[in-house]
Amino acid sequence: MFGFLLRRVGLVIPTFIGVSLVAFFFIRLLPGDPILLMAGERGLSPERYAELLTRFGFDRPIWEQYLGYLGALVQGDFGTSIVTKKPVMDEFFALFPATVELSICAILFAVVLGIPAGVIAAVKRGSGFDHGLMATALVGYSMPIFWWALLLIIVFSGILQWTPVSGRISLLYFFPSVTGFMLIDSLISGQKGAFASAASHLILPTIVLGTIPLAVIARQTRSAMLEVLSEDYIRTARAKGLSPFRVVGVHALRNALIPVVTTIGLQVGTLIAGAILTETIFSWPGIGKWMVDSIFRRDYPSVQGGLVLIAVMVMIVNLIVDMLYGLINPKIRYTR
Amino acid sequence: MPLLDIQNLTVDFKTASGAFRAVDNVSLTVDAGEVVSIVGESGSGKSVSMLALMGLLPWTATVTAERMAFDGNDLTGLSARQRRRIVGKDMAMIFQEPMSSLNPCFTVGFQIGESLKVHLGLDRAARRKRTIELLELVGIPSPADRVDSFPHQLSGGMNQRVMIAMALSCNPKLLIADEPTTALDVTIQAQILDLLVRIQKETGMGLVLITHDMGVVAETADRVSVQYAGQKVEEQPVAGLFDDPHHPYTAALLSALPERATSRRLPSIPGVVPGQFDRPTGCLFSPRCRFATDRCVEKVPPRQGALAGLALCHYPLTHGKPVGHPGPQATLNERLFV
Repeated sequence: MFGFLLRRVGLVIPTFIGVSLVAFFFIRLLPGDPILLMAGERGLSPERYAELLTRFGFDRPIWEQYLGYLGALVQGDFGTSIVTKKPVMDEFFALFPATVELSICAILFAVVLGIPAGVIAAVKRGSGFDHGLMATALVGYSMPIFWWALLLIIVFSGILQWTPVSGRISLLYFFPSVTGFMLIDSLISGQKGAFASAASHLILPTIVLGTIPLAVIARQTRSAMLEVLSEDYIRTARAKGLSPFRVVGVHALRNALIPVVTTIGLQVGTLIAGAILTETIFSWPGIGKWMVDSIFRRDYPSVQGGLVLIAVMVMIVNLIVDMLYGLINPKIRYTR
Repeated sequence: MPLLDIQNLTVDFKTASGAFRAVDNVSLTVDAGEVVSIVGESGSGKSVSMLALMGLLPWTATVTAERMAFDGNDLTGLSARQRRRIVGKDMAMIFQEPMSSLNPCFTVGFQIGESLKVHLGLDRAARRKRTIELLELVGIPSPADRVDSFPHQLSGGMNQRVMIAMALSCNPKLLIADEPTTALDVTIQAQILDLLVRIQKETGMGLVLITHDMGVVAETADRVSVQYAGQKVEEQPVAGLFDDPHHPYTAALLSALPERATSRRLPSIPGVVPGQFDRPTGCLFSPRCRFATDRCVEKVPPRQGALAGLALCHYPLTHGKPVGHPGPQATLNERLFV
């Protein structure tokens, strides 16, 4: 297991360099000058412009800028936002818990509904439930996130008035951030109704962000289960006189989980992309919204740092997924 | 009263191109302590009839039987839940492919213990103890270590021993072995067969051995049922079958044994088992039978008496001669008639 881990971590290094390259050059390929954007409509004198250019180091050759950036990165220095003048790292981790909270809720929503739905569809293959679920999943997967979000807001926040429109919690409550997770912090604060308010704010963003993973997981679970259910060892399990629930839920599901876990791991990347839209629509103060704002301001250090940090998070999740395989299927663990 | 009594079992499969009859009015009885072998080539419905008995066929199968009784219980009238109390406990089955018949995600100990938990309600410690005993019984070396092994860490022969241990876990009254040695190396085949026979002798359980290996039949079985294209074509005690086969198909199978070959070239049965679309109207074996006449092609053959091995034939053989046969000139393929 240790050797396996070491090899996986070794793979992370080239990926990391690649991500830093892309992050550094792509934001600079965008038209627009961060200094001119900061100055706004008033404009600024050529002397002041040159002075600022030197201060941020934008006058140096591009490869020198990159090497300097990479050198700082290796030492854990993600730079300072040229707009807020705060370290990128601080900004990122101040907002990150909001995104993590939303992402965890969305992936739980997708897994808790998607896996049982896929299992039932596979067991009742060809039934009305199966066809209905697969059609719904296709619709869910094909729907643009922003349109789906607006639709839900119109129905549940507008017409029915069941859920709040945006934000993480009602303005009535205020308490210090301990973990950064609103659900946990609201419980710690002990204020009456705070948790309910935080939870109600989470419902719509969770559904919106979780819809695509839900559709993908349900379809993947169904097809994996269909394959596994025709295996010889399923017949053996039935020949032992086990209940259908045990045959499907223990013997079949455990084997079907491998591709499903892979899918869930891959969905984490999609989740970040989805979070950008979802957070923008629901005014969710997470890194997705922060990234969009930083791109608009051409805040090079923030965009670069944010991209690299997100990439690191995705790599960590995939590493965890790889280790989960071995836990689910011992054959992978031993054969490496 | 026999341990297992199946009368006129029929299994139909729904397919995209209509119904397919995999098992056609097959009857079989097994007494306690008896070894009955079902032989026949691939596609003759051997496995399907036993899977139907175990209730393991997919939903596309329709199973009908005049009687299907096990140990005094009528299986046809039981609910799925009641049936599961018998299946895996008093009536167990092992399969052809030991490597794929065990779940790769669980230790062999877990998979054997599962039966003990479900049927006997043993606690964890008792399950482990009994599992180790069972592994020892089926000849697995250092069973206390092997109990925590995963199937992929064991060889095919060892996995088949595990399957046997699993089947034996609740002391079944009947064990169905569906080609238990086909997927194994020749040396291992003999070991597994010896193991099955030894345990059958020790426990006195009934054993149904599905095989297409006549050598295996000769060594192990008390009685033999020969199936062809879903029908039982002959049934005899093993000595009688090898001495004096009454159905031309049985005779052809036996003459194809290398030990019995008289010519330099090993005899074979021309053609293949009829499928869904080329099923003859009369005798199903008629297209491949060297004695076949017009009557064989047109009319469904009658079931002969016990003296003629219950053969499903118009002209059952006695010492190699077809009784009541009109002679070589009436056969459809004179060249084949000797």
